[in-house]
Amino acid sequence: MVEFLWIIIALPLAGAVFLHFFGRYLREPLSGWLASAAVGGSFAFAVAAAMPFLQGGEHAETLLLWEWMPAIGANLEILWDPLSALMVLIVTGVGFLIHVFAIGYMHGDERFHRFFTNLNLFAASMLTLVLAGNYAMLFLGWELVGLCSYLLIGFWYVRAAPPPAAKKAFVVNRIGDFGLMVGLMIVFSAFGTLSYSGIFERAGAELTTGVATAVGLLFLLGAAGKSAQIPLYVWLPDAMEGPTPVSALIHAATMVTAGVYLIARSAAIYELSTVAQITVATVGALTALWAASIALAQRDIKKVLAYSTVSQLGYMFLAVGTTAYVAGIFHLMTHAFFKALLFLGAGSVIHAMSDEQDMHKMGGLLKKMPVTGWTMAIATLAIAGIPPLAGFWSKDEILGSAFARGGWFSALWVIGLVTALLTAFYMTRQWVMVFLGEPRWDEDKHPHESPAVMTFPLVVLAVLSVVGGLINTPFRLTLEHFLEPAFEMVSMQRPPEGWAMFALLAGLSVLAGLAGAAAAFLTYRQPEQGWRGFETGFEPLWGTWEGAYHVDDIYGRVIVAPGRKAAEAAAFAVDLPVIDGAVNGVARVVRGVGDWARPLQTGFVRNYGALLLAGTVTVVIWLVVGS
Amino acid sequence: MVDPGWYMALAGALFLIGALGLLIRRNALVMFMCIELMLNAVNLTLISAGRALNDINGQVAVFFILVVAAAEVVVGLAIIVAIFRLRASASVDELSELKG
Amino acid sequence: MAEAFLFVLMGIGALAGAVTVVIARNPIYSAIGLLGTLLSVAVLYVAQLAHLVAAVQIIVYAGAVLTLFLFVIMLIGVDKDENRDETLPYQRWIVVALAVVIVGFAAGVTLFGNFDWVPAATTTLPESTNGTIEAVAEPLFTDWVLAFEATALLLTIAAAGAIALAHYRRREV
Repeated sequence: MVEFLWIIIALPLAGAVFLHFFGRYLREPLSGWLASAAVGGSFAFAVAAAMPFLQGGEHAETLLLWEWMPAIGANLEILWDPLSALMVLIVTGVGFLIHVFAIGYMHGDERFHRFFTNLNLFAASMLTLVLAGNYAMLFLGWELVGLCSYLLIGFWYVRAAPPPAAKKAFVVNRIGDFGLMVGLMIVFSAFGTLSYSGIFERAGAELTTGVATAVGLLFLLGAAGKSAQIPLYVWLPDAMEGPTPVSALIHAATMVTAGVYLIARSAAIYELSTVAQITVATVGALTALWAASIALAQRDIKKVLAYSTVSQLGYMFLAVGTTAYVAGIFHLMTHAFFKALLFLGAGSVIHAMSDEQDMHKMGGLLKKMPVTGWTMAIATLAIAGIPPLAGFWSKDEILGSAFARGGWFSALWVIGLVTALLTAFYMTRQWVMVFLGEPRWDEDKHPHESPAVMTFPLVVLAVLSVVGGLINTPFRLTLEHFLEPAFEMVSMQRPPEGWAMFALLAGLSVLAGLAGAAAAFLTYRQPEQGWRGFETGFEPLWGTWEGAYHVDDIYGRVIVAPGRKAAEAAAFAVDLPVIDGAVNGVARVVRGVGDWARPLQTGFVRNYGALLLAGTVTVVIWLVVGS
Repeated sequence: MVDPGWYMALAGALFLIGALGLLIRRNALVMFMCIELMLNAVNLTLISAGRALNDINGQVAVFFILVVAAAEVVVGLAIIVAIFRLRASASVDELSELKG
Repeated sequence: MAEAFLFVLMGIGALAGAVTVVIARNPIYSAIGLLGTLLSVAVLYVAQLAHLVAAVQIIVYAGAVLTLFLFVIMLIGVDKDENRDETLPYQRWIVVALAVVIVGFAAGVTLFGNFDWVPAATTTLPESTNGTIEAVAEPLFTDWVLAFEATALLLTIAAAGAIALAHYRRREV
């Protein structure tokens, strides 16, 4: 079974290649179904291949596909352990549902097949990232998913907003990639290889705390770029300019979790540096709170979800920083379910409202779109942390782990708890604003329930959002046992033992969630003047939140504008006179020599003959006299 | 037996006449004939040197030169005919399109 | 003595033919001059025991090549009106200078040079250069067989090229 694992990557890749060349000849839904089948096939294969882990007793296996750069341990090799298996299952499973959803969502788009080409390419890239057996291949996948993200954010490139958003995502990710690359260089200089097995087995014995801290912080920079953490989160809200299935797949469920995966995969390195752990956890907790507060005041339905994603990713960073790796991966999985559901639901709403995204112009949609409305309600409760839905179990495990770690992490636990309250508030606010109350939409809108191809994934994801958390409850730690082999060489933080502590902590977070949800429900159940008054009552704080703390303006003034000035200076003061001057100077010299030598070419054969003879005579005389 | 040096002198004279003719005449046909003269001069040196050095390979080399000369004449004359069709002239001085 | 006689007679013939090739106004006379040179050189080959090469010289050169020349001269017409004024600047001077340099160098080498013929060690008898068919064919098909194949290919390509050139037509407009 293991020797055929490459099929998992090859199927979507083949789909992408095929659709790239022949997609235009296929009728509209066919290319979408083909792409979905490719990802679905990968999912089925991954399920079959992951079975041995479920039954227990199986060890991680490495499959060497091709020796790329064996000297530095950079080969195309697949590491098949529980962690990568789980990631593959999430990517292909959720990816498959989103592919199917996109068939309905992208209906009528003239570049329908191109969308699925890119989506399949993304799936192949992401699978390369999570299946990599060394950091070089991980980096390959890392850059490829960045490229796919760029392509898909800018998919509607004829519109005004997407291209700058795609560019922003790409450039901000570059900053993070810089950190990752430098980190990889340090790792290579320390170990002489980039192979996981070579590094993790020797890390404890050979890596000093200082180097481990440096690598940990640089990896954090890379992860912060990809996973949208402070200070590099600014690209993710803009990335919502892409089609909504893209937001669901790339910017909620899979790609943005690559940073969490990177840190969890590098657990053996973080193990050695408490400073790096604390930094990761702190960045995560602060991002969670920061983004949640921004999400409170957003009007755009997708922006709420974007900041919510940033906030939830912060939870995951808090978890892996606390070394509660299982909790982090667990939340990654449940978040993939309910956030994908939320995005697809939002996509369904946007689709129904003819591309309207302003929540102030929605309301009362529950009657028009019952399936979308109720599935989104489930997702809202799940993310708010209401038991027994998925989000409760994973979030509670993270908060419990942070509490159990104690010390500085206790403060982070408090931040997490406050964030849980805010999360419940803004999610409930969104749901109530969209689905309840009086209709506020424009007269030319005629909302309708989406077709079955779109609601089917919603229902599946809703079921997963309900039951997904049950695989790792304190009563039955299935996921933890499943993932244990992948983390057996590191010590892992667990929630506090004992039912009393569990009940206390869970009670607190449920209380926070219920309080937030109730407050939002009561506020936004009022007529429009009521909640508008509530929002203006928070001025100027509310405006600051709605403006996302004006971070984009600050970055623009502090980083982008000076950078642009420097670029202009380099262009007009250095490039034009010096570089271009040198190049043009060389060209002028060559042309001058050519002009001078041109008369030698008379075009007359007899002149050439005379010169030839003269040359021959010269050579003969030289040979005879010289010898 | 005549001293090989005399044969060399005769071959040299033939070669010089051929070379000067090639540079002076502008009728492509005559220029070709001059090239044949030069080739013959070289052949003569090879035969004479082969005999002087007691080596049969001199004659073998002449054999190859004959073949190459034949091939060259075939293609060269075909080119002359082709050019004549275009220009109605066999003068090489009119073919100076490649001047710099 | 006989060889010396032949050398003087045929040497004069060859030089006379060569000069005719260069100075004749009419290409027909040039071709006939070339024929004289070719025949004279063939006789000199015989005088030096190169029998096969002499025969090939007459058959291929005097027979085939010269016939081809005459054929082309007739095909494109005799260009009697060739202008003898040199049109290229310096060409005459370059030619004269080259001629002086070559003749001077040859004379210098002959008069002051110091050289000798060193026969190949492997062959001893004068009969070994007796250019019979067997004598020439033996090295041709053993030591030089690769070159022989290459020239065969060259001839084939030349024939094909000549046919292609003969078939060339200006594209109809």
